[in-house]
Amino acid sequence: MKAFTQLQSLVMPLDRANVDTDAIIPKQFLKSIRRAGFGPYLFDEWRYLDRGEPEMDCSGRPLNMEFVLNQPQYQGAEILLTRENFGCGSSREHAPWALEDHGFRAIIAPSFADIFFNNCFKNGILPIVLDADVVDGLFSEVENGYQLSIDLDSQTVKTPSGKSIHFAVDETRKFRLMNGLDDIALTLQRADNIKAYESERAKRAPWLFAE
Amino acid sequence: MAGKTLYDKLWDDHVVFSEDDGSSLIYIDRQLVHEVTSPQAFEGLRLAGRQLWRTARNLAVADHNVPTTDRDQGIADPVSRLQVETLDSNCEEFGITEFDMADVRQGIVHVVGPEQGATLPGMTVVCGDSHTSTHGASAALAFGIGTSEVEHALATQCLTQKKSKNLLIKVNGAVKDGVTAKDIVLAIIGEIGTAGGTGYAIEFAGEAISDLSMEGRMTVCNMAIEAGARTGLIAVDDKTIDYYRDRPFSPRGEHWLLAVDYWQTLHSDADASFDKVVELEAADIKPQVTWGTSPEMVVAVDQTVPNPADEADAVKQQSMQRALEYMDLQAGEKITDIKVDKVFIGSCTNSRIEDLRQAAVVAKGKQVAGNVKQALVVPGSGLVKEQAEQEGLDQVFIKAGFEWREPGCSMCLAMNADRLEEGERCASTSNRNFEGRQGYGGRTHLVSPAMAAGAAIAGHFVDIAERGTI
Repeated sequence: MKAFTQLQSLVMPLDRANVDTDAIIPKQFLKSIRRAGFGPYLFDEWRYLDRGEPEMDCSGRPLNMEFVLNQPQYQGAEILLTRENFGCGSSREHAPWALEDHGFRAIIAPSFADIFFNNCFKNGILPIVLDADVVDGLFSEVENGYQLSIDLDSQTVKTPSGKSIHFAVDETRKFRLMNGLDDIALTLQRADNIKAYESERAKRAPWLFAE
Repeated sequence: MAGKTLYDKLWDDHVVFSEDDGSSLIYIDRQLVHEVTSPQAFEGLRLAGRQLWRTARNLAVADHNVPTTDRDQGIADPVSRLQVETLDSNCEEFGITEFDMADVRQGIVHVVGPEQGATLPGMTVVCGDSHTSTHGASAALAFGIGTSEVEHALATQCLTQKKSKNLLIKVNGAVKDGVTAKDIVLAIIGEIGTAGGTGYAIEFAGEAISDLSMEGRMTVCNMAIEAGARTGLIAVDDKTIDYYRDRPFSPRGEHWLLAVDYWQTLHSDADASFDKVVELEAADIKPQVTWGTSPEMVVAVDQTVPNPADEADAVKQQSMQRALEYMDLQAGEKITDIKVDKVFIGSCTNSRIEDLRQAAVVAKGKQVAGNVKQALVVPGSGLVKEQAEQEGLDQVFIKAGFEWREPGCSMCLAMNADRLEEGERCASTSNRNFEGRQGYGGRTHLVSPAMAAGAAIAGHFVDIAERGTI
């Protein structure tokens, strides 16, 4: 996993609440058995005027220029600014894969759906929860060339006017994200704890260990 | 010491190790695996040269991509076929038990788990699918995970989790005739919103919940995620224990007695405290129909489509406006005036035997309306299908003009050939009415199986409770 420490980038505003993972990456693309290559299909139904199919070459597809992702002033944005309950619905990790593959590394919203929020941390994306009125303020400031600076270590978002906004993040998640650590390797360091748990549990619930 | 909630008990029983910041390594008793969210996890294991921690704790079944017709012809779409074949070969390579497409036990993963006794009370259950909350109906701590966590659970039988808060939703009193588990859970989502349960584990309780069959309870817990909660729970009672007796994976003999002793402790203590409590009166709940593109956009069938102008919150108002445009509906339109093009009875929410029985009661001796192009009944598993056929339900549906299909996720999310065409409107017993969910440009109204059957017969939504047909 890519580490995340600091990021200064353009901000793309997506002014919608309850953006679900079906919108982020429609189901037909979930048929892929690969982990990469979902970026061109990110927000497929909002982004293109035609119907997307797996393995389609997107270079010639008609674009919906009303959708922010296609607007020239937001090209290259690595920070997504959006509304409440972002990432609701299905648990598909293809959603953060598509966002990451497209180039987003941080998402700012008043709230996120739990499974999506968790999936982001597994893929080097930092989801940042800020108060709804603070997010409102950012939406009103976004204009051509608007950039934010994010520093994970100090847990701050800096606006162009120099205002510094603090955000919360769990220590365990922060440590793993800052160092780009492999979760499985870390858990396997606890193999003795897991085995001890199993032998104790097997006494309490032998029916689960009758395999 | 204050009592524990059901969720507290399940959590405490599975903690392997706790970190200082409150996150914990949690032991996973059962992982269910399907074809869509697992290929990258198996690939990750191979690349790292890792083994499964406990092979027998995993059970696999293909459901999302499988065809619901002409099974013997295989899967026509080569991309879907490759995904299912990849599951087959991964299960073979890693030694995981799989119910393949030809197996009568094949079906939707959340129907198969309880049906086989593979997901039991008191277990932690995970699956790379958000509707894993279904299994909480039997007091299992069950939640959906992403593919990285699928790989993590395969390799370590554990996941790092942070404990959720406790939310109690009590549905007091008994529901009226014709009001089902689906209506109860849609009414709950209408009340608390799609993010109302975010950060919480929901325990559903109250007379209306304990009155439900196990199948009905699964419907309720299935849609906990639609209220934002990864986990929905219902306490163990005699119905739970009876349900698991003699299931293929259920414990036997001495182990059964020990398990039952433990299962009987799986309820919230009388003095347990919850972070939040929401109460609903069952008698107020009528059959529900969603009108928009989020499950919280729901009203009773005797209501009208709401007006965005009546909504004070600007962001919500904009969402409502957008939903009306997508759904091609006008504010003030009567729900019972909305005509449907297709009807889908199925999905992990509503494809169990009881669901099919409820729909069959409405369909019996009637005909699907002329304006309904297609009405599908897709049983949740091969065993549900067999049971329904023994009861003659297949003939009831077929005579009424419904199509009787093979089990799978089908038109709930249209990863196989079953889907809505652009602009088509569907009465669906599934769980999500998101834009494009049932097919590009398709319009979904979520309802109970009886309401879906009623819409198929009338050609538009009808109040099943009013008609007294179930």
